[in-house]
Formats: sequence, C-alpha cells, structure tokens
Amino acid sequence: MATYFNEEFETLPRAVLEALQLKRLQMTLERVCHHVPFYKRSFETANVRPDQLRSLDDVRRLPFTTKQDMRDSYPYGLFAAPMEDIVRIHASSGTTGKPTVVGYTRPDIETWSELMARSFVTAGVHKGDIIHNAYGYGLFTGGLGAHYGAEKLGASVIPISGGNTKRQIMIMQDFGSTVLTCTPSYSLYLAEEAQAEGLDMRTGKLRVGIFGAEPWSEAMRSEIEANLGLDAIDIYGLSEIMGPGVAIECIEAKQGLHIWEDHFIPEIINPETGEWVADGEKGELVITTITKQGIPLIRYRTRDITSITREQCVCGRTHARIARMSGRSDDMLIIRGVNVFPSQIESILVRVEGVEPHYLLIVDRKDNLDTLEVQVEVNEGIFSDEIKVLQALSRQIEKEIKDMLGVTCTVKLVEPKTIQRSEGKAKRVQDNRKL
Amino acid sequence: MKVEQISIFIENKSGRLAEITRILGEAAINIRALSLADTSDFGILRLIVNEAEQAKLVLKEKGFTVNKTEVVAVEVPDQPGGLSAILQVLDREQINVEYMYAFVERCGGNAVIIFRFDEIDKAIAALTSNGIKILEGERLYGM
Repeated sequence: MATYFNEEFETLPRAVLEALQLKRLQMTLERVCHHVPFYKRSFETANVRPDQLRSLDDVRRLPFTTKQDMRDSYPYGLFAAPMEDIVRIHASSGTTGKPTVVGYTRPDIETWSELMARSFVTAGVHKGDIIHNAYGYGLFTGGLGAHYGAEKLGASVIPISGGNTKRQIMIMQDFGSTVLTCTPSYSLYLAEEAQAEGLDMRTGKLRVGIFGAEPWSEAMRSEIEANLGLDAIDIYGLSEIMGPGVAIECIEAKQGLHIWEDHFIPEIINPETGEWVADGEKGELVITTITKQGIPLIRYRTRDITSITREQCVCGRTHARIARMSGRSDDMLIIRGVNVFPSQIESILVRVEGVEPHYLLIVDRKDNLDTLEVQVEVNEGIFSDEIKVLQALSRQIEKEIKDMLGVTCTVKLVEPKTIQRSEGKAKRVQDNRKL
Repeated sequence: MKVEQISIFIENKSGRLAEITRILGEAAINIRALSLADTSDFGILRLIVNEAEQAKLVLKEKGFTVNKTEVVAVEVPDQPGGLSAILQVLDREQINVEYMYAFVERCGGNAVIIFRFDEIDKAIAALTSNGIKILEGERLYGM
C-alpha cells in the first residue's frame, strides 16, 4: 500500500481530475488574457477566446509558447502578477546570452513545495529522512526546489549544493544521510570517489536517490542502484514550468513519471506538425500550467521527447505518467546538469573573435563526469606568431563560457577547415556519451 | 632593417610539417630559417623564406592560417660571449624579447640570430647605436 503526501488529489478519479483541469485552465486563460499582453495578442492572432473553451480537447486550439517567446519578453514580459507579489526569481539557460527568467508568487512557492513534497513521498521518502541535497543552489531551480519540498514534508534537509566531492562524502557518512538528490552522473562519481577513499556507499544509510536534471537510462539505473545500494528514482522538471517536481516515478512501479495533472496539462505532439500523437507514441512534451500566478505558460514547448500513458498505476495515483526523457527536439545539450545551447557558445565566440566562428562542441563522459571540449578553428583574425597570445585566447574563451554558462570546458585550437562542413545546417555538436 | 617572417598555425598531428615543406618546395620557395614553438595541442611554425608573400599565398590556398610579422636579424660574432653582449644591450635598454632563434646558415664568420620584439623600432635603434650589426632582409632572403 503506497503512502501519499496529498492522497485526495493524488488519487482523484480521472473524470474529477479532468473537470478540475478544465476549470483551472479557464481561470488561467482569463488571468493571462488580462495581465499578459503577449497572450492577449497571440490568442487574438489565433482567433481563440478563453470563454470558448468547452473541453480539454479544445486546448489544441491554443497557440504554443516557446523559449523564444520568453526571450522576446525578457526579463518580466510574461509575468502575470505585479512585481510586488513576486517573491522569488529563478533563471535558466536561454538560447543566447540572455537567460530565461521566471517569477514566483508566494502561492506559487507553496504549490511548488507541495508538489516537491508529493514527489519525495512518491519516491519513498518520508518525515524523518535526512536528505542530502546536492543540486546546485542559486538561479538554477534544482537546489531550492528540492529544499523547500523537503522542508514542507518535514524531512531534514542538508543544503550541501554542488561541488567539493570529498566533503560531500564525509558529510553524507557522518550525518547519516538516507536520501540523495543530485544528477544521476554525479551519484556515480560520488560512489567512485568514496570507493577511492576506502568507503563503500552500499553499506551506508542511503536508501533512496532522486536523480534528474539530465537524461539517463535503465542501464544507468542498474549501475547506480548496484554501486550506491539505493532505489534510484527519476525526477523531471524545468524552470519554465516550475522546477523539479513536475513529474516523478513512484517507487512502487518505477515505470514512468507521474506528472501532477491537477497543476499541469501535459500533451505529446509531433514536433514537426504540432499535432497530437497517440498515447504511448513518442513526441515532444508540451505543458500548460493551470495554477501558476507568477508566470503561467500556455502550451509551453519543452522540447523534451517522451510519451504518455494514462493507464492506472500500481501505486494508486491516477495522474498520467510520462516516459523517461529520450532526447530533445532542439539542439540543447545537458552537461553536468546544466542546459547548454550551442548558440550560447557561438555568441561568446563571435564576441571574442569578432567574426562568424567555425567550432565544434565535443561532449563526452569520463569517469562519470561530462566533459566539454570546444574546438575552434584558428583564422587570421585570432592567429598570432606568439604562443602566449593563443594560449591566453583559449583561456579567455574557457573563462567566458564558465562565467556565462557555469560549465567548465577546454578549448582546443584547430587548423582551418578541419571541422566538417555540411550542407545547410552546420554540425556543431558531437556527443560521444553513451547513456 | 626589418625582416619578414611568416608564421603558420599547425595542430599537433603527424605529417603537418611535411605537408607545409612539400607545398613550399613545389612552389620553389626556399626556407632560410625556421623555428617551431609548440604546446601539447598546437604549434606555431615560423619561417624566413626567400619569397614571403608568395609563401603566404600558397599556404593560404591550401587552407593554412598564415600571418606575416616583422623580425630583426642580428649578426652575432661566432665567439664565446657573442650573444651575451647583445642581450646585455637589450637588457640595459629594457627591451623585451618575445622569442628568438638561431639562423641555420652562417654569414661570413658570424652567426645570425632572429629576434622578435614587441617594440621593434626601439630595439633596432638600441642595437644600431650600440654598434651591433643588423642584417637587411634582402641579404637574408637571397643567401
């Protein structure tokens, strides 16, 4: 028998759940029509009026919202609440230099905390657990999102954040952590570092690991569970929609991630045509938020590829399940949990070099850590007969990428024309990771 | 008083040096002096050739990144302390040497050293006023 954080809402009969969704959707549409000029315009252009929406199927008639729309409205243009009601601001990678900004009202933070608390319980965590929260704290939603959920649940949370692995291992050991939250690759790195120190994580107190912020696989789950001696649970979230806790696997089934449908309406579309695909078929996940106040988003294109099932789950929750993310419908990379768009690196190179750069991003995973090599062709504009000038250039690019994106990389200068040119769209990424 | 030097960017992979010398050979360009500076990833080949502009052109055609810079060729007495005397002059005048390399051929009884300075005119003035002989480019290219 599963335990719930909010049994009533987590197990609502689907008919009741869908009626609630429709009501909340209508309220959200009213809200954005009144407070967000972008939506007023885009609904007018699409010739839809919120009060015409009669059923959930009608959601298909609404226009999409994209990351580009968020960029065009940078920073606060899509906010539906006045700034005096916004109590928190987070941001994530935009496709170019400017980040994607989101704002939360106090009720938004309350909702997020509840959904994250629900997610913890769904993963088998309860009051009394000691949660080692190694997601980064800061503009990234991972750290604070998990933190507030843990407190809402009443568990003990250690806000360790990222980095300093040796200290993480010591604290996990000494503080008796029972739950680990971080990226799946970092959990393997932790286990490996612990082993190097003569510690066996399998014999520690860790019981549950909640892993997200980057794609992983069933093979990685087996490896993590074997190396850390815990149940490895997949969690999904994105800052545009809320942050971590949008969807999570239940420990009973580990078969798809329950998406909290009393707050979100998920759709799976064909990324080319924008049309719905059938349940069980792969497509792009589109989410509409139906309770958010700070920045409600209508039919947001997540660009994450998954599928959906509305079949009853053994855990008793009625909320639909989305499959493990299997890719992206754009060129975004996730490197050590950080979202990176090739265009962001390109804009840094343009600034440094002053010309259209030829570059290639090579992503790999070595000892469970993602690595990024940026190959840059040396043209006459940046070439010098002095070694130190070229080395300083490499370091400058590395530093700017680190400063802008928070990702450590190595720059490799290469001869002109060594990076493959292709017809039409240039190949900018070589991802050698095998998940 | 200045000598034209071409520098070429090369990745640290086999056959690049051979490729460059082959291209120059086929274009009937003669290498007078060379130096190779390298790091673990890349190197910079610096050449003094009889036809700098032509060499730059043919290498660029083959896709290499090539720059032209001006350097100074100094005649050094081929005897103990010969180079030291020159470096002492530069030190006294506070002139920084970015890099230097020795000429492979000899010029009479003297050796030739190629210097790359940041402040090339100041360096030339300091050297000549101290009686140090600087070789003209034309003489070097035609050696």
